Parts: sequence; structure tokens; C-alpha cells
Amino acid sequence: MDSLSGVRIIDFTRYAAGPQITLLLAFMGAEVIKVESMVNIDHFRREEAAVVFGSARAAADCFNSLNANKMSVTLNLTTAEGVELAKRLVQLSDVVVDNFRGGIMDKLGLSYPVLREIKPDIIMLSASSHGSTGPESRYIAYAVTMGALSGLSEVTGYAGGPPVIMRSSADLRPGTAAAFAILAALNYRQETGEGQFIDFSAREALSCGIGEIIMDYTMNGRVRSRNGNRDDIMAPHNCYHCKGEDKWVSIAISNDEEWAALCQAMGNPACTEEERFGDQFSRWQHQEELDELVEAWTINYDHYQVMEMLQRAGVAAVPSFSNEELFNDHHCRERECFTPVQHPEEGELYVLAPPWKFSATPASVTGPAPLFGEHNAYVFGELLGMPEEEIPKLVAEKILY
Amino acid sequence: MPKKALEGVKVLELCQMVAGPYCTKLLADLGAEVVKIERPGRGDAARSLPPFFHDMPDPEASGLFLYLNTNKLGVTLNVTTATGKGIFQELVKEADILVEDNPPQWMTEQGLDYDRLQEINPRLIMTSITPFGQTGPYRDYKAYPLNVFQSGGEGYLTPGGVENVDRPPLKVGGFLAEYDSGLSAAIAILAALYWRKKSGGGQRIDISKQESLMALNRLDMVRSANEGEVITRAKQGVPYGGALPCKDGYTVFITWESVQWDRLVAFMGDAEWANNDMFGDYAGRYKHGELINALLTEWLVNHTQEELYHKGQAAGVPFAMVYTSKDLVDSEHLKERGFFVEIDHPKTGKVRYPSSPYRFSETPCQVMRPSPLLGEHNEEIFARRLGHRQEELSKLGAAGVI
Repeated sequence: MDSLSGVRIIDFTRYAAGPQITLLLAFMGAEVIKVESMVNIDHFRREEAAVVFGSARAAADCFNSLNANKMSVTLNLTTAEGVELAKRLVQLSDVVVDNFRGGIMDKLGLSYPVLREIKPDIIMLSASSHGSTGPESRYIAYAVTMGALSGLSEVTGYAGGPPVIMRSSADLRPGTAAAFAILAALNYRQETGEGQFIDFSAREALSCGIGEIIMDYTMNGRVRSRNGNRDDIMAPHNCYHCKGEDKWVSIAISNDEEWAALCQAMGNPACTEEERFGDQFSRWQHQEELDELVEAWTINYDHYQVMEMLQRAGVAAVPSFSNEELFNDHHCRERECFTPVQHPEEGELYVLAPPWKFSATPASVTGPAPLFGEHNAYVFGELLGMPEEEIPKLVAEKILY
Repeated sequence: MPKKALEGVKVLELCQMVAGPYCTKLLADLGAEVVKIERPGRGDAARSLPPFFHDMPDPEASGLFLYLNTNKLGVTLNVTTATGKGIFQELVKEADILVEDNPPQWMTEQGLDYDRLQEINPRLIMTSITPFGQTGPYRDYKAYPLNVFQSGGEGYLTPGGVENVDRPPLKVGGFLAEYDSGLSAAIAILAALYWRKKSGGGQRIDISKQESLMALNRLDMVRSANEGEVITRAKQGVPYGGALPCKDGYTVFITWESVQWDRLVAFMGDAEWANNDMFGDYAGRYKHGELINALLTEWLVNHTQEELYHKGQAAGVPFAMVYTSKDLVDSEHLKERGFFVEIDHPKTGKVRYPSSPYRFSETPCQVMRPSPLLGEHNEEIFARRLGHRQEELSKLGAAGVI
């Protein structure tokens, strides 16, 4: 059974942040219809993406990982007929999602007031970088620039080094928060029958993840900057070089007991007697010396070995797992973190499985991402009841385009 | 009175620190009634962590705790005592949702596992948030926020674009992966709640923090899984652009679309070098990314962050600033959107908090109350709600149960 079975979503999103929203809902059984067009094709279907990711297959793989379980139709929204068809789809749907820049849906004639006219209980979420109001609402942004605007880049990096730009996760984090907002609105609609509009700002979503750093400023006027892996309280608290090229283990010690266990495991119980490491605070003050001491030990072992030895002793030690390591890791295998799907053009591709384990309504990867316009026949024919011969005609007229 | 999206939803929280409390904060800010259970005495461990209001350590004035527990009711209860377990079960009976973040075997050891609790309340949605989930070889492993971040793949790749990989991988500042996990759990909970209203059934949800973080890095994960691509910190996530020095610090920009490159060239006053054929198409620019950055920097260092951000955007080029917390609070844009809300708390007075990234037209997020003081709502919940007698409460307090 699927928790969101019976929920239909019209998905106007492209790139990464938007598709992450509907991917999560599709994992839970929502029927997601991705509206695509040659006029404004998803970044991952473009030639540029093949350049960035090294091959056409890699770009298709990225697209697949973000659009599994969904259907695709083509619709040229720069034509009046295209917009009309989009509206007819909205009439049959529960949720509309877009991630155009502020103002674009209005320009297309698909604003919330228009859609509410034709489907009074529709839930519409517009996810943009900056939100639909405010002086910067028309600004363009991507993961890298949103990460900087959110405050994350400033607090990430080595002390004294440059700020660190965020990876694609800075798109997927906001996407995840937007999915939460939609679910809240769905629950509300289930109780009251009322839909609503949700104005979503991706950069705000990222800023919400550093609440305490912002509060340090609003409470104390303190502007925090990057400081490597340092913690306010814990020490040792770092990633340490292990045996092998670019292999690392993270170790964090939060009390005397863990410290003693670490010293014991390192075969250096005398360490606990040293005054400079005598308590949490003095360890924190001497953490550079501590780092050297710990690394002189970890460098002799494989990072998995260090994890096993220290975890057995009750010490928090986890490797800095690479992607390949996670894919092959026995824990991730047992928890089925990757699901294979058969892609019609690329063959077998693994997709990252949903990150929640439900006992009654398991979320799952049920199929690959759709080909461009793969579901035109089902959606326009079956759902909208369009006569079969009409579809090729609309294709020729570049309305289904 | 504006309506609340999660009006009437009752949540019980048995969590500490960031992930679990953030999960229930998300629900509380949308109108769910969250009863937070803390251990008598010291309470949630986040209470003893900085930043403290005016840097004065006080369990009632930790900014971390204050941010993560808005709109909740707070009680103290020692669920390891026999009486405490009984009261806990009374609370479970009334709840729609239970969120807990104890080590996987702990609830079973306490006799409070899902099988037991769903006998009391078959409609209960019980969610557990742990570093590695409830099953698998690592399930009992200990992981603090640093370890959690390194467990999910993103740590190994942070910071990207370094010249050599001799320096250690880093975490993103603060507790980011913990927030990610709380959000992931909150999504699962709302889906289960939606289904429950249709089917009547409760269920058990297992959230692994590691998987929550992996899910956000799927674009990197699948390329390694399917193409065997080896991604390390030596490779930056962008072909050119990124964080580059400018006159007064760093500027950040990226041009994904060719038209944005053309606009950038125009923005630089048609810099001669940029019209070189070498940079004529996307593939060429990608190949010569380092050279582009070097040449660009010569121009960028004559311009300020502010200038590049606003004038660059006006020219259609995706520039950004590296905002500090002060910049965020001072941002006219965020002010106009009402991103910061002022919350009054007995220990701190009025302080500005970040609110949420969504503006609901019908059911706005609302601040009904600040984070609870330790045990602030013991009387309301134990006496008025559950019907324990007032004199019993003082006995329970003395016995260390509440």
C-alpha cells in the first residue's frame, strides 16, 4: 500500500531542486506527471549536462535518479493550446508544483488565482530561489549561489581558508523542505477540503539549517565563520588520516569515559594521566596536539578497521565514506539503500532508495525516469479523453513539443 | 485567528539535541500540539550547548535549544522508572505520533517498543531517528553530528575543488545533517498521517540519518554506482566560477546556460579575452575552467561583493554574496519576506529567530509560544490533562519521576 496513492501531481519543475520535491512524493505513491517541453528542456536532458557530467549516460543517470517513478508529457506552454491543456490536467489533479523564477507562472497564465478558478481545492507550491516576493525575487540562483546566500558557505571551510561552495545537495535540501510543505497542505485539505498556495524560498530553506548560528548573532552579535571540523565543546573532533590514499575516519569525543576508551584502544592508556588532556575543557584547549596524537595512531590502520576497533570500545568513529564505499558497504546493502531499475535506453541503473522505512506503507522505487513525452498517450488520451488521432496532430503543431 | 495546517495533531517527543527536536518543531510550527519529554534534572542535552544568551551558560537560554523547540509544551519525565513508564503510556494513548531518538535497543529494554505501544494505541505512528537506522550491522554504532555528516558521502567531498587532498574532509558548518534527518523524518510522518486518515492504521517508521544525508547527494551517489565515477575533493562541483576573490572578500557565481556566459562577457564590458574561440562553447569553457577563473579574478578583484551581486543579477548573471549571519539578518529581501520572527522568552526577552521557508496562503506558520522551560507544562499535562492529583505531582517530583 502507498501512503499517497490517489494523489495526482502536475509537475512543472526542472533541474534538481524541483524534481527532488516530486520524487519524494512519487516514492510514496503519488502519481506525478512531469510536464516537459523542447522550449525549456530539463537541464539534465541537455547536451551541456553531458559535458558537465562526462557522458550522455551520466547525464541520463542523474536525470533518472531525480525522476524515477514519474510520468512525462510534452506541452509547449508558450502556446495558448498548451496552456489550455495544462489547465485541463490541473483540473484532474491535487497538487501543482513549479520551480520557475518568481513571476513566470503568472506570465504563462497559470498563476494560483487562475488555477483555483478551475480547481478550487488545488494545492500549488511555487519553489523559487528567493521566494515570490521581496526585492530579489526575480534574481537567478543555483545550488552554488544559494549555498552562499544562505550563510552555509561562510561557515564551511578551513579556518582562514576560502568559503566553501555547496554541492547539488544545496538544491535537494530545499526540495525536501518543499515536499514537507506539500504534505502539510495535503493533510490540511484532507481535514477541511481546502487547498492553498505555498510560496517557497530555497535560500530560506538552507538558512533554516543553521538556526543556532544565526541565533548567536541575534542574541550575542557574534558573526560565526568557518573553523574546519572544530566543535564548541568536543575534542578530539576531527577527521583523521588512515592507511591508504585519501582515506579518513571521523572521531568525536564528548566525555572522559569516551576519552579513556579511545586511549585504551590506541594502546596508549598513559594518555589519560596527562594533565593537558585531563578533562573535556583542557582537551579542547590542546586539540591540535590531540589531533597529532590521534592521527599518529589512525594512520596505521584502514579506516574501516578504526571504526570497528573504536565502536567496539564505545567511541564514535565513522569513516568519511566515499560514494563507492557506500554503494558497496555491507550496512547499506543490508538496508537496500540502492534500487536497480531497467532504463529503456541506458539499461540497468541504480537509484537511491527512499530514505524512510515504513512498516505499513513502504516507499519504493517502482520504475525508471520517463523518456521525454513517454506518457502522452496515457495522459492526453486516457486522462483527458483526447481522440487518438488528435495527438500526432498536436505534435505536428508543436503544441505537444 | 489564522488556521493551522496540523491543527489537532498530537505529537509526543522523546528526543534530544537537533534531529528529533527539529522534526517535531517543524510539526509544531504548523500547529501540531507537541509535548516534549525531557529527563528530570538536566533536560535535553541541547540546553547545555552554546550559543547562550549573552554568553551566560543557563539551561533556559541556549540559542540551540530555543530555536529547536518553539511552539512545544515541555514536561519532565523519567521513563526508566516504573511510574514514569506508566505515565508515558498514558501519554502515548492520547498521541497520534511518537518521535524518539534513543539507541535502537533502548525502547525495547524499557518495555516501550512499538509492539507494546501499539497495543495501547493501535493508531500510533511511531518514528525512530538514529544514526544508522534500526537494522543492519552499524545500527548500534555511535555517531555525533560530525560522524553523521561523514557517514553520508557529502563529508568526503567537502570542501570540493582543493588542489590536494592532504587536508581532512570537513563538515558543513553547524549541525546540518541533523537538520536534514529531522526534516526527512517529518516528511515520513506526514505521509503516514495522511494514510492513517484514510486507512485508520498506525505504523512504525525507521529513519537513518545516514540515509537522510545520502538522499540529498543522490546526483553524486548514482554516478559512482552506475558509471564508476570516482569523485573526490580534488574536483570542484562546477566547471568554472564558484567562490572567487573580489575586492572585499569573495564573490560566488555560476553560469549553467550559454546565454548567461554571454551576459557575463557583456557585464565585464566585453572583455577581450572572453571572446577567444577557446571559450566559444560550453565544452570549451568547461575544458578551460581554471584559465577562465584566473582571468575572471583579475577583473573581479576590482569590484565589491555587493556590486557584483546586484549589478550582476541586473545583467542576468547568477552572482551571489557569501552571506554571514549578520548579512542575513540585515538583508532587505529577507526582512520584506518576514523571514525573521521576534519571539519573547522569559529568560532572553525578545530575540529574532529564523522562521520557515514556506508561506502558506491559508495556514501560515505561527509562533504560539517560545520554547518551554524545563518542566514548564508538567502541571498542565500531568494534572489537568491526565488527571493526576496536584499532591501526587510533588511526590513524583521528589521521587525523580518528573
